[in-house]
Amino acid sequence: MSSFFAMGGYAMYVWPAYAVFFFVLVADYINPWVRRRRHLRELRARLARQAARQQRNPSAP
Amino acid sequence: MANWIPLWVHKLSSPPNFYRFAGTLRPWALAIALILGAIALYGGLVLAPADYQQGDAYRIIFIHVPCAWMSLFVYGVMAVASFISLVWRIKLADVVAMESAPIGAAFTFITLVTGSLWGKPMWGTWWTWDARLTSELVLLFLYLGVIGLYHSFEDRRQGARAAAFLAIIGIINVPIVHFSVNWWNTLHQGSTVRILGPSRISSAMLWPLLTMMAATKFYYIASLFGRVRTDLLAMESGKDWVRQIAETEGRR
Amino acid sequence: MSRAPLSTACAALLRRDLTLAWRRRGDIVMPVLYALIVITLFPFALGPEDALLQRIAGGAVLVTMLLAMLLALDAMFRSDIDDGSLEQLILSPQPLALMLGMKILAHWITTALPLIVIAPLLAGMLHLPTAVMPVLVYALLLSTPLLSLLGAVLVALTAGSRRSGMLLALMLLPLCVPVVIFAAGAVAAAQQGLPWLAPIAWLGAALVMALVLAPLACAAALRIALDA
Repeated sequence: MSSFFAMGGYAMYVWPAYAVFFFVLVADYINPWVRRRRHLRELRARLARQAARQQRNPSAP
Repeated sequence: MANWIPLWVHKLSSPPNFYRFAGTLRPWALAIALILGAIALYGGLVLAPADYQQGDAYRIIFIHVPCAWMSLFVYGVMAVASFISLVWRIKLADVVAMESAPIGAAFTFITLVTGSLWGKPMWGTWWTWDARLTSELVLLFLYLGVIGLYHSFEDRRQGARAAAFLAIIGIINVPIVHFSVNWWNTLHQGSTVRILGPSRISSAMLWPLLTMMAATKFYYIASLFGRVRTDLLAMESGKDWVRQIAETEGRR
Repeated sequence: MSRAPLSTACAALLRRDLTLAWRRRGDIVMPVLYALIVITLFPFALGPEDALLQRIAGGAVLVTMLLAMLLALDAMFRSDIDDGSLEQLILSPQPLALMLGMKILAHWITTALPLIVIAPLLAGMLHLPTAVMPVLVYALLLSTPLLSLLGAVLVALTAGSRRSGMLLALMLLPLCVPVVIFAAGAVAAAQQGLPWLAPIAWLGAALVMALVLAPLACAAALRIALDA
């Protein structure tokens, strides 16, 4: 097992390479999800403000 | 038979339909990507033997080459989508093109970093100015330029069209850069032209490589669909279907 | 209103842009001063040793020219966008690509020509051998119009946005890599006594293609950027 991690002495090159691969792709995958939650949260807030304004002045557009 | 193809595709290009379509397919694409990726990694890291010249360091090839291929492939998709967007003014093509750019940039970045980490033990240097590495670096700048241009516009659709134009100009540039750097390398005698990777690849090393290539393709689809869905929500935020989604998520 | 003959329109536009540039003569000097200052930075950064400076002279002059032109590119359309005359040009019956070609020509005359004139001086400051100077000038005569043409397309693309000079640099420099490679390659070849005509010929070919295609692309880019 430890020889697997040692990668024939090249561990300090191979494992960071794989780490970069994983972390960059995970970050790329999560990024839209974070943005989506923020969009929907802002949208709900905007809708709530519009509804509140409608309640206060029912005649206003 | 030719009649129903355009209709199905045409229906798909409507934002709420594509949102649903992409939402259904996305988990499958991710699952396939993860499974293929796991198989490829097991094959590459555990099963494949060490290379007699490069030892275990060559194993970086299993992520470096697929990412290099994807960096070019995604640019191709981006250029085609840009072309469709400019010529036929299809909103969805806009979104696909613009949301492919960050994914392509990510793959390009990984290619450059893993290539550098592979180069150090193999050639003794973190970087060398040969045609492939230099073209890849220029490709990264092209991606960043497209992303930067897109975000510099207040009107997102206009930004998408300008960035699409830039993407198309850029794709003409990539082979030109490769050609000119090749020429430049032959002029300056000092640098040697390097061939990346083992010259003859055994089948034990080949199948994990090909599997990983397939895995990254499915990952691209999964990531792209996620990004396109998010972008559609943002673009269509005034519409009812988006409002319903927002309310459903809020109640959860 | 009858449509003016094409040559008259071209000449008129060229004269207008040159006149406007002449009225702001100070602006013509700025890229030249900038190039001068940047070139003097190289010996400070690298040391005054002649052999080293001689080796980098051609490349340093080319990169400096590129950066100076980059700074001046931003102003190509800006004043015309601000006062609305560019939109008038788009709406005019004259072919937009040709009109833009004239504007690019005027910009090149006022920006690049002064730089090319002082290029031998700059190269001499870095001890470029005198025999190589003509090759440098040829390379600049072919590469600076290429930069103007490519730059014009990109400036047109950013015409409607919150523009930053850095973004223009980020977009332009990858496209300029081949131009720099061939121009510097010609100078380096000449310096080593090797034949230098091939890279110059490549630059010439690229320039011919750009002369035809870039104004068309510039017109398309302007329409994309300005008509929402």
